[in-house]
Amino acid sequence: MNVTTRPVLLDVARIREDFPILSQQVRGKPLVFLDSAASAQKPRVVIDAMREAMETQYANVHRGLHWMSERTTDAYEAARDAVASLLNARDRHEVVFTRNITESLNLMAHSYGRGVLKPGQAVVISGMEHHSNIVPWQLLRDERGIELRVAPITDAGELDMAGFEALLADGKVGLVSMTHMSNVLGTYTPAERIVQIAHAYGAKVLFDGAQAVVHRRVDVQALDCDFYAFTGHKLYGPTGIGVLWGRRELLDAMPPFLGGGEMISSVTYERSTWASVPHKFEAGTPPILEGIGLKAAIDYVQSIGYDAIAAHETALVDHALARIGAIEGVHILGRAQDRGGVVSFAVDRAHAHDVATLLDRQGIAVRAGHHCAEPLMHRFGLDSTARASFAVYTTREEIDFLADSLERVREFFK
Amino acid sequence: MTDGFDDLRDLYQEVILDHGRRPRHAHKPENFDASAKGDNPMCGDRIEVWVKYAPDGTIGDAGFQARGCAISVASADLMAETVIGRSKADTKALFDAFREMARTGACPHCDAALAEPMERLEPLAGVHEYPSRVKCATLAWHALVAALEGGKEASSE
Repeated sequence: MNVTTRPVLLDVARIREDFPILSQQVRGKPLVFLDSAASAQKPRVVIDAMREAMETQYANVHRGLHWMSERTTDAYEAARDAVASLLNARDRHEVVFTRNITESLNLMAHSYGRGVLKPGQAVVISGMEHHSNIVPWQLLRDERGIELRVAPITDAGELDMAGFEALLADGKVGLVSMTHMSNVLGTYTPAERIVQIAHAYGAKVLFDGAQAVVHRRVDVQALDCDFYAFTGHKLYGPTGIGVLWGRRELLDAMPPFLGGGEMISSVTYERSTWASVPHKFEAGTPPILEGIGLKAAIDYVQSIGYDAIAAHETALVDHALARIGAIEGVHILGRAQDRGGVVSFAVDRAHAHDVATLLDRQGIAVRAGHHCAEPLMHRFGLDSTARASFAVYTTREEIDFLADSLERVREFFK
Repeated sequence: MTDGFDDLRDLYQEVILDHGRRPRHAHKPENFDASAKGDNPMCGDRIEVWVKYAPDGTIGDAGFQARGCAISVASADLMAETVIGRSKADTKALFDAFREMARTGACPHCDAALAEPMERLEPLAGVHEYPSRVKCATLAWHALVAALEGGKEASSE
């Protein structure tokens, strides 16, 4: 394969045809959907895969001795293979399905935090985490006396590496749980470097990849991390399915999370034994249709290819930073060197909610508020921002329209 | 001049923009008898409301500090302006009427006694077309009523 001549351009017009919703009108105007970081739209292949499963081969999985159940089990387990391939995991059994990434992180706080970490140890997060990577560790701290340390970030919105390393120096840190890409700043954290430093001090590393995996190829073996979590619905898949990948030996050593069917090997009233991983962590009927949808989404993303996706989104972000950054009175939050398809901004004299309402009138969907990252907002002295986020179907013209509309928002609140 | 936002003038009437920009009652009174905080955790809006009663038991002064959008600040300011001089019972009746107007755009049950104050609050009727923004307009009222009832916290959730 000749990599240098491989085209990395992405045919956005053709991709947009894959997403039925993009032909919708909002308030009589074409939909300009710039809220994919909250949840991405779904390509027809995902919608069809889930519908076809329900119409032709649906049953519960892993337990039926009949044709329908066997077909459904195969289709559901194929999703595990797809995730293993997506993350370049060594072993498909290292892929645990959850309901969403919040559950993945709570699984970690419960099974690794309560089952493996010891009181007196510490967990390190960063100053740009989503609430879902803060609160589970606070609960752990308050219950088990496991310290929670927060690595500082710079004014540019990057991880302060010296500050991070200083938190590890006393050797008490058992786990670093950190975003791989900030949902507010767009910042990519230097994952390889984080892992090297953490491992040097004996800490394991978990990445919150909810945003990162959408925009860039993730190779957990190359990163050398210990755990990686993401959610299906931001990756063009359905809601209701998340992923926790972990090294086999670490998952083996962790106690179960939820108890119930699926996760046992044998049950008596005196004692139960657990199924092997990943099923030990998958109590109850799993998200079957969602798994089938997620596989279709992963196949779709892989068919486009991360080279093309990353090139497309880098071009969009550069364009957005240039256009939005040039508007007087509009301030972009975060100036990280390495960033993905998310741009948050504050507008002078206009609250983010008002900005969002005005943009909505133009058919533009953006997120406004604290983005489930209140401590990060306070770090920058803000209560809320508006956020535009980009996807494979986002066009340069949409960003121009956003910038033009923001100029009119400025006039409106002058 | 058209800026593409013409149909938003129903929501952002000049009086809203004005009170949102330059609220008259956004201050904590030196002396107050009751106060309460209001919180809308979904959008991050927060408000604190203070009330000072007059000797006859009516609201002698009302002030607030708000962190929120133009709608929430303007609504708090118009609320303070409107309730000063009114009894607790009148204020609660006004809250019910205002909430109905914010949700539906009208107040068919408003009796004649409410006509004058409701006219003052009428610029906020436009929020009913924006369901996600109704809570912005009602948050201050929730906090005020909580203060009048001796509570400390209110939520528009």
